Amino acid sequence: MSIADAALIPLASHRDLTPARLCGLGLLALLALFALLGPLLVSVDPTEQDFAASLAPPSSDYLLGADHYGRSMLARLAYGARLSFGLALLTVATAAVPGILLGLLAAWRGGLVERALELFATVLLALPGLLLVLILLAFSPGAFGPLYLGLALTLWIEFYRVTRATAATVLKQPHIEAARLLGFRAPYLLRSLVLPELRPILTTLAAFAMSTAIIAISTLSAISVGLRPPTPELGAMIVELLPYYAEAPLHVLMPGVLIFLLVLGLQLATRSESR
Amino acid sequence: MARLVLARLLQAGLVVIVVGILCFVLVRFLPGDPAMRIAAGRYGPDANITEAAEGVRRELGLDRPVLVQLGASLGQLARFDLGRSVVTGLPITKELGIQLGATLWLSGSALALSLLLGPPIGLLAGLRHGGVADRASLGGAILLRSLPPFVLGLLLILLFAMTLGMFPPAGWGTWRELALPALTLALGLAAVSSRVARDSVEAVVRTPYLAYARLKGLPETVVVRRHVLRNAAIPVVSYIALQAIYLIEGVVVVETLFGIPGIGHALVHAVIARDMPMVQGTALAMGLLFVVIAAAVDLACHWLDPRPRRT
Repeated sequence: MSIADAALIPLASHRDLTPARLCGLGLLALLALFALLGPLLVSVDPTEQDFAASLAPPSSDYLLGADHYGRSMLARLAYGARLSFGLALLTVATAAVPGILLGLLAAWRGGLVERALELFATVLLALPGLLLVLILLAFSPGAFGPLYLGLALTLWIEFYRVTRATAATVLKQPHIEAARLLGFRAPYLLRSLVLPELRPILTTLAAFAMSTAIIAISTLSAISVGLRPPTPELGAMIVELLPYYAEAPLHVLMPGVLIFLLVLGLQLATRSESR
Repeated sequence: MARLVLARLLQAGLVVIVVGILCFVLVRFLPGDPAMRIAAGRYGPDANITEAAEGVRRELGLDRPVLVQLGASLGQLARFDLGRSVVTGLPITKELGIQLGATLWLSGSALALSLLLGPPIGLLAGLRHGGVADRASLGGAILLRSLPPFVLGLLLILLFAMTLGMFPPAGWGTWRELALPALTLALGLAAVSSRVARDSVEAVVRTPYLAYARLKGLPETVVVRRHVLRNAAIPVVSYIALQAIYLIEGVVVVETLFGIPGIGHALVHAVIARDMPMVQGTALAMGLLFVVIAAAVDLACHWLDPRPRRT
């Protein structure tokens, strides 16, 4: 999925909580709880090995079983969920803040500033995002820095473009024109009149950016250029466990299901019924 | 039309410049003296490296100012001189020539397969919007889009290769090896194109001209063929340009997963081996492929709806 899809999703208005959105929000809340509390409740180190328990099925000792090194699956899944959630949140925040600010700046000032920003965005958009991340990762595969930087560098563009386009139309409205003529300053106008109107579309965009980030992190780790084992990363876990599919199919599927539920929750939470 | 082509040519130029600058900067930031590393790669570890490195430095002009070097390296790109792989020593253009074939086959068949799946399902759903087909395809699309491509690919391998034994799980050569990777990409593409098609069909169905066509007693097949298809096709085709991103990104993942000797696979390996010339070459090839697909879609849209755009 690409973040460009976000533009195609009709916005659900804030007030109507459709059943699908409720399901999505509930799912997200459960997963967030698991990611936040899981590592606290399961006080097992997710990298602690116990070869006696290799590929153990779910039991009272290992609630969700143990992987090929005898590491607790429950602990690894909880840490993996926290990692995916946390890294995605961090990336999206890093992308959204400058994206929105630069978008507002371009819409407000116009002229040369807008042209320069447009040019920068066009240059970055010339390449598909994953390609940009991969080139950056060539610097040091398996490292956290380039992965995070590359993702943020590709994700900010959509925030910038949407903010600029929407803010430009909002700024033309008579009541804002009037406030401008009355001499209110830019920070006040942007904060209390423009941003509230942008909030719904930016929330949707943020949810999409988060699922894009979650999918990208797990995908890159699965093709062994993202985060590396023994880091409990969901995508890397799937590939690590794949050779043992015949003995322990459940173990391979669990991290996959977790990624799936994360993205599904994000998708449902932002969509209206029609699509 | 000339403007469309010109814009895409400009984008192609940007791809070359972005990739060129990024790779140049990254090589500068890699630890170690580039001249030393090249000398070691050329003459082997036993040679007198320091002396050889000086030779390389003079020969390649690595002692010139950085901006001059950047200019020279972009100039080389403009002449299609991509250098040689640090790993195999073969010219990059030669390596790419071999791999491009596999990638083109894979992305072409994925695109074709997704067009066989997505738009027809969208048409059915849109003609009876709110019906069973509509709801089922909505559910299917949401589920498919929540699966990362590599998980989808693994599920297909587990189902069709390991459980049913219908297709080989990896490899390259015959159509049987092409089937699963192409299907992985096509399902992801169709998940979205079916919904875009459904919405645009629904919009056409609501128009007065369609109501008139039905009112005057045209059979439903004629209504669909003459009035719905072409009018609904434009948003679908222009969406394929957006899907070009999904396709190019997906090719990286799917080729790696299924062990297909294509450009995406080569890119991932070059990243792991830090084979910078190869990273640059493969990234360029994929970036340009992305521009070519987008350009083809532009032209198709122009053909479907020749009215000039008001942008």
